[in-house]
Amino acid sequence: MIRRHLPVLITLAVFIVGYLICLAQFPSFASTRVVGNLLTDNAFLGIVAVGMTFVILSGGIDLSVGSVIAFTGVFLAVAIERYGVNPYLAFVFILGLAALFGAGMGFLIHAFQIPAFIVTLAGMFLARGLCFVLTTDSIPINAPAYGQIADIAFALPGGGRLTFIAIVMLMTFAAGIVLAHFTRFGANVYALGGNRTSAELMGVPVGKTTIRIYMLSSLLAALAGIVFSFYTSAGYSLAATGVELDTIAAVVIGGTLLTGGYGTIIGTLVGVLIQGLIQTYITFEGTLSSWWTKIAIGALLFAFIVLQRGLSAASVRSRST
Amino acid sequence: MQPVTEQPQLLEIRGLTKGFPGVQALDHVDFTLHAGEIHGLLGENGAGKSTLIKVLTGVLRRDAGIIRLEGHEVTARDTADALSLGIGTVYQEVNLLPNLSAAENLFIGRQPHRFGLVRTGEMRRRAVELLSGYGLDIDVANPLSSYSVAIQQIVAIARAVDLSAKVLILDEPTASLDAQEVETLFEILRRLKSRGIGIVFVTHFLDQVYAVCDRITVLRNGRLVGSRPIAELPRIELVSMMLGRELAAEALHRNQRPAVVGEPLVAFRNYGKSRLIEPFDLALRPGEVVGLAGLLGSGRTETAKLVFGIERADSGQAFVDGKPVRLATPRDAARLRFGFTPEDRKTEGIVAELSVRENIVLALQAQRGWLHKIPRAKQDEIASRFIKLLDIRTPDAEKPIGLLSGGNQQKALLARWLATEPRFLILDEPTRGIDVGAHAEIIRLIERLCEEGLALLVISSELEEIASYSDRVVVLRDRRHVRELSGDEVSADTIMTTIASHS
Repeated sequence: MIRRHLPVLITLAVFIVGYLICLAQFPSFASTRVVGNLLTDNAFLGIVAVGMTFVILSGGIDLSVGSVIAFTGVFLAVAIERYGVNPYLAFVFILGLAALFGAGMGFLIHAFQIPAFIVTLAGMFLARGLCFVLTTDSIPINAPAYGQIADIAFALPGGGRLTFIAIVMLMTFAAGIVLAHFTRFGANVYALGGNRTSAELMGVPVGKTTIRIYMLSSLLAALAGIVFSFYTSAGYSLAATGVELDTIAAVVIGGTLLTGGYGTIIGTLVGVLIQGLIQTYITFEGTLSSWWTKIAIGALLFAFIVLQRGLSAASVRSRST
Repeated sequence: MQPVTEQPQLLEIRGLTKGFPGVQALDHVDFTLHAGEIHGLLGENGAGKSTLIKVLTGVLRRDAGIIRLEGHEVTARDTADALSLGIGTVYQEVNLLPNLSAAENLFIGRQPHRFGLVRTGEMRRRAVELLSGYGLDIDVANPLSSYSVAIQQIVAIARAVDLSAKVLILDEPTASLDAQEVETLFEILRRLKSRGIGIVFVTHFLDQVYAVCDRITVLRNGRLVGSRPIAELPRIELVSMMLGRELAAEALHRNQRPAVVGEPLVAFRNYGKSRLIEPFDLALRPGEVVGLAGLLGSGRTETAKLVFGIERADSGQAFVDGKPVRLATPRDAARLRFGFTPEDRKTEGIVAELSVRENIVLALQAQRGWLHKIPRAKQDEIASRFIKLLDIRTPDAEKPIGLLSGGNQQKALLARWLATEPRFLILDEPTRGIDVGAHAEIIRLIERLCEEGLALLVISSELEEIASYSDRVVVLRDRRHVRELSGDEVSADTIMTTIASHS
């Protein structure tokens, strides 16, 4: 029981230790303001990481999510500001478009047995390129709906705010947990990551599941894009570059095995929060360059991958004796 | 014994034919399975067993023939479809999902659910209930990978049967189980049989065939050899059905050579590895050919792998020139001047893209270390010498070896090891898959090599062949060296009776 949840427990321990270190140095880390901001600042990363967790659990990878976030922002800015489209209509449309995009990638991966790496790399260039077709400028979004939505927040005791986008992220995680652990689709995703051939022999609908996984990932990337546009109030073609890699890092630090089959959604949440925590610490510290975030993430990622190797080797050994 | 033939026909296969480019895998094969019967499906490598199972379970399409299940003609589109028709398969390498829980493995795709959500508690309760019917009491919430292969196999059987299987196919289920686990498995099979399930049991172990089967069908080279009730089938007849050889009275033409005398070059004492092969004694003198004979899965290749250090022995000691030596890796073996040509040329032997020359010098180069590259002139010299010596048919030494015929690839592989000037050479099925002409050449080559003082250990399924060139023959059965034949005892007949004899 404990062994099964060991990677998540370790992630959680890292987060708690990290948080305590921050707290010791900067007592204000205990304030709801910092906690609220931690959630708000990482809302888009969290949302896209939920989709990425499903992809990685199934043994795949999705490199297109950063570009989809950027495209979503640019599309919304152009549609709302230039053409006066109703924002809500634009949201529905971009979510639908992204779902189609993801389903298309999933179809290619399944039907032609092309590695997900290649297909989503192509998707990444395609979505990024389409941004520049729409515009090369950074377009601010001033629609009144944006202001209204951005203002929705629950006041937390102690002056903090639980913003709308933080709530969207937390709800996405809740939905992701239910989907991964309490539905047949979730079981099929794990099955695919465990052993694709066996899954097929056992009657798991491999094609349908693959398409849905990438559809979900792109859909959530678009949702993250919408959230990101609330956060920045703008659409810009060069936004969110490298986010796909931050996302993968969050998922792996969250205890999901990069080769698929093992991992949890809740672990990913902790993985995202660890990244946010490091970022916040460096902001508080003030003298460190923000690149130190990357260095810390790199070190953590490496430590976690080595740890996973060790754990899986240990479990193989314990079975053979 | 129950007159099982009075049971209704459950599965009926008539005239099943399936060809692959260059080989007829199944040629008008008939097969009948009755309800409540355990039916052994036997045959050596390439007999067509796996093709038959694959066609039956929808993995492959048949070219011709009829499959009837309970009187209705059926064609499975894929395994899932076969399962829904009532044909379940359990493979040797358990095809379940190691990362999912035992319960999820049993119920994936049909989990009990309410409002779209899986009722995990209910699923686990039903899994426990189902497995208790098989005498299995495990924590079904644990991932399957935390359990032994035997338990995984029972879970796989439970799953297949629970999915309304009428026909249960077990493809070498006992290959990685120990004796106790095999007995448990057989107990389960007998219970399933009494419930009217028809079981197809693929195995190489004759003892197990006699322990559990009601009837056997033997295939050879894609053809049906026969189908007989096991109760009235003597072992020797079963073995001769499998090996395709009548107990012939005519004396074998045997190349009579004077018995080799002298001190052994290599010797293995009490050498073995648990679960792989029981400890054995084996000694070879210079200029001696020792054959390893036995059915598939009897431990022939395992012996070779142990002797060449591919598998590490956990008991016993190896000696060279009477001195104990370390033999833990193929590198050790190569340093002791051992050579090994594996059974599967394509995956373990040749590097198809490299030229004949590069393939020939590969082992020699590896022995020298990569820093001491063999000069090109020397490489050319070695290659051309062996091409001439072994009569390798290739337009030139630079042709990619993958383009050569099987026999010539085999000779190039031999050349690879001969170039290292070995003292002890292991040949695993040196004549498999090569044409008759090349066959004879390889055998002549074997004889010539031992005249030059090489010690040879040869594995072959061709009894006549092995009897013709071996000074001694070790017969294996159920991963054990059961008897060593020498002198006049070395004949295909004796080998066959030894294989068939009770342990």
